[in-house]
Amino acid sequence: MTDNSPTAAAAHRPSLDAAAHVRRRYAAERRFKAIGLGAIFLALGFLAILLWTIVSNGLSAFMQTYIRVDVRFDAESVAGEDYQGAIKSALYARFPAVESRGERRELAALLSSGADTALRRMLTADPSLVGTTKPVWLVASDDVDMAIKGHISRQPGASGNRLTDRQLGWLGELEAAGTVEKRFNTILLSSGDSREPELAGLWGAVVGSVFSLVITLIVSFPLGVATAVYLEEFAPKNRWTALIEVNINNLAAVPSVVFGLLGLAIFLNFLGMPRSAPLVGGLVLALICLPTIIIAGRAALKAVPPSIREAALGLGASRLQVVNDHVLPLAMPGIMTGTILGMAHALGETAPLLMIGMVAFIVDIPASPLDPSAVLPVQVYLWADSPERAFVERTSAAIMALLLFLGAMNLAAILLRKKFERRW
Amino acid sequence: MSHSPSLPAKVRARDINVHYGDKHALKHVDLDIHAHEVVALIGPSGCGKSTFLRCINRMNDQVDSARVTGLLTLDGDDIYDRAVDVVQLRARVGMVFQKPNPFPKSIFDNVAYGPRIHGMARDQAELDEIVMTSLERAGLLAEVRDRLDEPGTSLSGGQQQRLCIARAIAVSPELILMDEPCSALDPIATARVEELIDELRENFTIVIVTHSMQQAARVSQRTAFFHLGELVEVGDTEQIFTNPQHPLTQGYITGRFG
Repeated sequence: MTDNSPTAAAAHRPSLDAAAHVRRRYAAERRFKAIGLGAIFLALGFLAILLWTIVSNGLSAFMQTYIRVDVRFDAESVAGEDYQGAIKSALYARFPAVESRGERRELAALLSSGADTALRRMLTADPSLVGTTKPVWLVASDDVDMAIKGHISRQPGASGNRLTDRQLGWLGELEAAGTVEKRFNTILLSSGDSREPELAGLWGAVVGSVFSLVITLIVSFPLGVATAVYLEEFAPKNRWTALIEVNINNLAAVPSVVFGLLGLAIFLNFLGMPRSAPLVGGLVLALICLPTIIIAGRAALKAVPPSIREAALGLGASRLQVVNDHVLPLAMPGIMTGTILGMAHALGETAPLLMIGMVAFIVDIPASPLDPSAVLPVQVYLWADSPERAFVERTSAAIMALLLFLGAMNLAAILLRKKFERRW
Repeated sequence: MSHSPSLPAKVRARDINVHYGDKHALKHVDLDIHAHEVVALIGPSGCGKSTFLRCINRMNDQVDSARVTGLLTLDGDDIYDRAVDVVQLRARVGMVFQKPNPFPKSIFDNVAYGPRIHGMARDQAELDEIVMTSLERAGLLAEVRDRLDEPGTSLSGGQQQRLCIARAIAVSPELILMDEPCSALDPIATARVEELIDELRENFTIVIVTHSMQQAARVSQRTAFFHLGELVEVGDTEQIFTNPQHPLTQGYITGRFG
C-alpha cells in the first residue's frame, strides 16, 4: 500500500500535464477557427461593399428621363424627314415666350439629339398619324436626366452648372405640369454604343461577348480536352512530355496582353482576319483559356480511380474504349468546371482584346462574328473613360450586366454538372 | 486432384523474368496451369505472385518500366508474341481485382460492357441472356433481379465482388485471374465467393492470389509458393499444406514468417 502511493502520484502527474496539453490544443483550435471565420467575414464584407457600390451607382441607369411634348406631324416635315424640326416647333409652341436664337437653342437642348428616332419609328408603324397632333414622350438629354436623378445640381446660379438657369426654369415648369417622367431605360438594354449617354446601350457589347465566348468554347474545349486526354492517358511519360507539361503550366501564367500581341501578329497581320471582330477576339480568348482547360482536365482525369481503368482493361477494352466509355465521362464534371473557370476568365479579359482592335467605338449591333464589335469588359473600360456624368451610372450598369452574365454562366455550369453526375 | 501428365497445360510459364526498372521482381519462374483447376499463388507481400498473375493477361504492359522475358503460352500460343492483340488476349483471360471495382453504371451495364465491346451479342435479347446467365453463375441473380438498373456501386462489398466476377465471366474467358479477391470482404462474403470459385471450376480455369492460407487450402487443387520473386515450391495443395518439401514453404505455412 505504501509502495503504491508514489506510483499513483507518478501516474497522476503526467495526466495533469496532459490536461494542460489538451486545453492548449483546444485553445489553438479555437484560435484557428476564429481567424478563419474572421477572414471569411472580411472577404464577405469587401464583397458586399463592392456590390453595394456597383448597384447603388448603377441602378439609376436602368431608368431614363422622358419629356412629354405635343408633336404636330405635319405633312411638310414628315415628307422632308425633318423630325428634329417637328420636335423643335413643338417645344417652341410649349414655351411661346422663348424667341431669341440662343434661348431657343438652349430650349431644344433639353431633349436628346436622338429623340427624333422615336418619331420616325412611330410614323413607320402608323402612317395615318400624318397631319395629327399627338402627345409624345421623348428622351431627355443626359444633363436633364442627371438633374432629375439628382446627380447634378438644380440650384440656379450654382457654379459649374451644366444646365443654365433658364433651362432649369423650363425644366421646373415642365415638371410642375407633370410632363417629365422617369421610365424604364429600354435604350440601355437594346442599342449599341453612342457618344450621347442617353442613347448608349449595352446590347452591342453583350452580343459581341456572346459571339466571342461561343468561338472560344468551340475552339478551346475540344482542343483542351483532347490535349488533356492525350497527355494523361496515351502519351509516354518521357522528357518530351515533361517539357510540354512544364510549358503548358507556364502558359497559364503568361500575362494575357501577350496573347493579345500574339493574336495581333498571327490572326490579323499574318492571316488577315477582320479587325475588331469577335471571331479574332474568341480565338485570342481561346488561347488564354486553353492552358486552364488542359490543366483542369488533366487533374480531373487523374482523379478517376485507376481501378476503373484496370477493370475495363481487364475486360479487354482498348485504351480508347477505356477513355471514352469510362474515364472521360467520370472526369467530365471536373473538366467542365475547369472550362467554365477558363471561360469566366475569358469573359472578363480586356487587355488582349485592346490589342486586336476591339476597343473601337462601334455603334452597330454585330450580326455575325465577323462584324466589328465591342465586348462587355471593353464597354466598361470605354464608358469609364468618358467624361459625361451620365456615363458613371452606365459604367456601373455595364458591370452589373457583366456580373449577371458571369452568374448565368456559372449557374449553367452547375446545372450541367449536376445533370452529368446524375447519369452516373 | 492430380492431372495426367499427358494433358497439355492451359498456361505454361518457362523461365519468366520480370523487371520493374532495376528491380528484378520475378526470377526464372516455371509453372504449368492445367484446365479446370484452381491454382493458388501464395507467399509474403512483394514476392511476385501478383506480378506473375498480371503477366498472364499482360496487365504489366500498363506499367512503363515493366519488362517481361521468358516464354508464357496460353494453349500453346505465346502470350508475348508481337502478333498477339492484348484486347483479344484479355477477352480469353478475365481478371478479378483485389478491391471490388464495379463501373459507376447500372448492374446490367456492368455485366453487359464486356459482351458489348467484343460484339458478342447480336441483339438485345442475346445480351439480356448473357447478362442473366452471368449473374446466375456468379450467384448474384436472385439478389439483384429486381434492381438491374441500380448502380453497381450501390451493392454491398461482397455483392460488388460477385458482380465483378459476373462481369468477368460474361466475356466467356477460358481463364480467370483473381488477385486477392476476398481481401476486402467480410468472412460471410468471403465464404460465398469461395463457394463460387469452386462452382466456376467446372467451366473455367482459375488462378488465385491469396494471403489467406486457409483460403488457398479450401479452394485450390494446386498451390504455388513464391518467395522474393522466386517460385519456391509448387504441388498439390494437400501436399503443400501437409508435407511441404522446402523449409521456406514450411516456415511460411506454419506462420513462422510472412
